[in-house]
Formats: sequence, structure tokens, C-alpha cells
Amino acid sequence: MTTLSIDHVSRWFGNVVAVNDITMTIGPGVTGLLGPNGAGKSTLINMMGGFLAPSTGTVTLDGQPVWRNEDIYRHIGIVPEREAMYDFLTGKEFVVANAELHGLGAKAAQRALATVEMEYAQDRKIATYSKGMRQRVKMASALVHDPSLLLLDEPFNGMDPRQRMQLMDLLRRMGDEGRTVLFSSHILEEVEQLAWHIEVIVAGRHAASGDFRRIRRLMTDRPHRYLVRSSDDRALAAALIADPSTSGIEVDHAEGALRVQAVDFARFTALLPKVARDHGIRLLTVSPSDESLESVFSYLVAA
Amino acid sequence: MYDPTVARLTYRALLGRRRALILGALPLLLLVIAVAVRALTGADDQTAADVLGGFALATMVPIIGVIAGTGAIGPEIDDGSVVYLLSKPVKRPTIIFTKLTVAIAVTMVFSALPTLLAGLILNGNGQQVAVAYTVAALVASIAYAALFLLLGTVSRHAVVFGLVYALVWEALFGTLVPGARTLSVQQWSLAVAQDIAGGDLVTSDVGLTTATVLLVLVTVLATWYAGQKLRTLTLAGEE
Repeated sequence: MTTLSIDHVSRWFGNVVAVNDITMTIGPGVTGLLGPNGAGKSTLINMMGGFLAPSTGTVTLDGQPVWRNEDIYRHIGIVPEREAMYDFLTGKEFVVANAELHGLGAKAAQRALATVEMEYAQDRKIATYSKGMRQRVKMASALVHDPSLLLLDEPFNGMDPRQRMQLMDLLRRMGDEGRTVLFSSHILEEVEQLAWHIEVIVAGRHAASGDFRRIRRLMTDRPHRYLVRSSDDRALAAALIADPSTSGIEVDHAEGALRVQAVDFARFTALLPKVARDHGIRLLTVSPSDESLESVFSYLVAA
Repeated sequence: MYDPTVARLTYRALLGRRRALILGALPLLLLVIAVAVRALTGADDQTAADVLGGFALATMVPIIGVIAGTGAIGPEIDDGSVVYLLSKPVKRPTIIFTKLTVAIAVTMVFSALPTLLAGLILNGNGQQVAVAYTVAALVASIAYAALFLLLGTVSRHAVVFGLVYALVWEALFGTLVPGARTLSVQQWSLAVAQDIAGGDLVTSDVGLTTATVLLVLVTVLATWYAGQKLRTLTLAGEE
């Protein structure tokens, strides 16, 4: 059982607070670290990996400090977000070098390459690899010493759907084997598909924690705003406000449209086309006006 | 203290095609100059000392030192690939010491060896001039590699600072301004060379004892400090 404990950790750079008093415990299984770009995910992962000192607070792995403790890397495997990785080596040479630095040999490297299914391209220079191949070789280098904790920073960035699925399968397997796997992402669907447990970071703060259903509910239960244009805006407005799924409607003359605020997402999306049809109104535009991830996350912070 | 894997990665990075070309260019130029001077003026001890002192030791050795010293670690820190070394149970001082060893070896091969060859071409090692400057280049290689490795660890603009030091401080002030000479790796290595060469063909402003103490001090301190810097190296996030 490997448990990573983050205890009242803050990190600031000059006057900018990147991570603000975060406390969380990451246990075995797959945990998703979710948050918009610039939320402080990378800063937090860097502190978890021992590459950045917390300004205050502590990060420990089973009671051992992570910062300035090289021996901790016997238990941690790291897949960094950055691309650079000794491009002049072949995939095999790279993974073998990583194995040697752990005091292991070519056998361990070969096993790791087989796990990520990269044996077919192991003798090619890394410089010739696609994004997905690089990601898999990075995974192999992180798995070479069979670590109990795996940290991955935005591992799905730039991968095509097939590569994404392969990597998800692999991470799921790692979690099933009882490893502690933590990956960061700014895409809710990615996290939802893979993680057993989600930690949400917004603007450096720990916004939510729990299983994905709870987080999902928090996200979908928030008021949704829509911009609607139709053949008869006022008649549509009157019909919509009669239903409890709609909490407010504004007639926007400048836009020539309705601004609708819905409180029950599922009910409203079913109601709108039905009401329009029943009243013989044609819907011209239905567009969500606050679907940006930022607004979803800022709602979570307020919740 | 020495990790063969770190050494192998460092050698391959340093001797990659482009960097090897840059490393080879100056020694080649030195040899061309040596052949041309010998052909034009014949064997002359003073000329040999002038070429080896003015170009080889004052310009070539520090520049090779900058390329090898900063190149042994700077690019890895810059592009973030150093994370693959740092995320291993390998002591940071071991990483630094290994990289220093590689940087010294590369600087020696690309600066001391050509200096010896150029000296032999210029005057066939008359009055021990070739050997004296070769020893100076060997000694300077150690100090330069340590200094510039430290620079590569602390600054993202290590090559620029290194070249400014090598060209402005060592080559210009080191030869023109008397006070600056005392604090110049070039002068310290010349003090060692002075002891070997005959007559007053090789002279230094610094005594041999002072020079030796300073050389050892600079090398040890720079290496120790680079190890400390690497222990607390912060890998900048994307944010």
C-alpha cells in the first residue's frame, strides 16, 4: 500500500500563489487530478515528484519526505509533460539507460518496452517518434523499476484516440494491480473514463474531491445558460418559464435572442424541443453560453 | 562517485554531430595556423610561444571549455530532460562529478592534444615550448570545465556568460590589465607551464604556489556548489 500525503501545501512564485493550502491523500488505484490550464496542477505534480520545494507544508510518501530525498525514486515512476528526452538515443537505449540508473539491466528495460508495446520501434531514434510513441517510451522509462507510485502530468495531451485508449487501458491495469496512479488532465471526460477518484484544482485551490459521480453531479447541477433564437421568442419564453427547469429568461433585444437560465440540465434539454414543437415555434439557434471549462470550474469552487 | 550511464549519456550529447563540429573547428584552425606559420617563418621558439600562448591557451582552450562544460549539463536543464536523471536514486553530487569528468576529458582531447600537435609542428618542441603549453592546457581544462559546468547549472544563458568570460576576461583583460591577470585561469595555468619551459618564453604574473592553490580551490568549490545547486534544482512547470 503506497500512500502519497499532501499536507497543507502551498507554493508561491514571487507574489503569485500557484498552489494554495492543499491537503489531500492519494491512495492505491487511479486518481485523476482535474483542473483548467494554469490551475496549478503541474506545480502540484512537481512537488509530489520532488522537483519543487513546497513554500509551506509537506509532501510525504508512506511517511518519507519526497523533497531532497533521492532514495524515494526507488518507489516513484514519473512521466513528465515535457517532450524533451534524449532524442539522439533509440527508444531501447533510452529505456536501458533509465533501467541502469536504477541499478537494473537490459532485462528490466525489455520488460517495460513490452508492457507499453513499443518493441517494434525500439531500435529507432526517439527523434523519429510520434507523440504517442514518445509517451509510451516515457511510460516504459517510468515503469522500468516496477514503482508503486506513478505520477503522470497531462499524459493524454496530443495523443490520437487510439493511443489514448491504449494508454488508458495500461493505466487502468496499473491501478488494478494495486499501484497508486495519479494523472493530471484538464479534460473532464478523460478523467471520468479512467479515474476511480477525482481531485479538482481550480486557481491553486482544492475545489472538490471524491468519486467522479459526485463531481459530475456538481458540474451538471449548476445553472446552465443558453442563448436561444426562434421564430417567436416571446411565446417560447412564456412556455419555458412555466416549467420549473427554467429559473430565468431575459429578452435580449440587441442580440435578437432569449437568454435562458436552466437549473435542471437534463429536464431542460428534453423540454426545449418539445415545447417548441407543441407551440409551432421554430428553433433557429440553441447555444450554451457558459460551457467553457473555466465557468464549470468556477462554479465548482463556489459550490 | 562516477556513474557510467550518466557518463555515456553526457558523451553522446556532447559529441553529437553539430557540437562535435564546433568542438573540432578551433583545433583544426590552430593546426592550419601552425602549418602556415612554420611554412612561412620556419621553426622559431618565440613564434611558437606566441601562437600557443596567444591563440591556443588564451582563446581556444577557454572556448572549448565553455562548449564542453556548459554543454555537459546546460541543454538537459534547459529542455527539462534532466528530469530522467533526477528522478533516479542517484546522488546529485555523483551526477555532477561524472559530468565534470566527461567535460574535462572532452576539453583535454579537443584543446590539449591539438596544442601539443601545433607545438610540434611549430618548433618541434624546442625549449619544451610544446610540452609546457600542453600541460598548461591540461591544467586549464580541469578548471574551465568545473567553472563552466557550474555556470551551466546555475544559468540558462551559460554559453553567453561563458563566452564573455572566456573572450573578454581571459583573452582581453587577462593579457592587458595587470590586476585581472591574477584572477585568470589562463595565468594560473601559465604559472605551471613556466616551470617546464626553458628561458623566459613562458611567463606568468602569478607564482606557482598561488596558482596551484587557486586552481584547486576554484575546481573544488565550483564542483561542490554545482552539486548543491542540482540538489535543489527546480524544474520550472509549464505554468
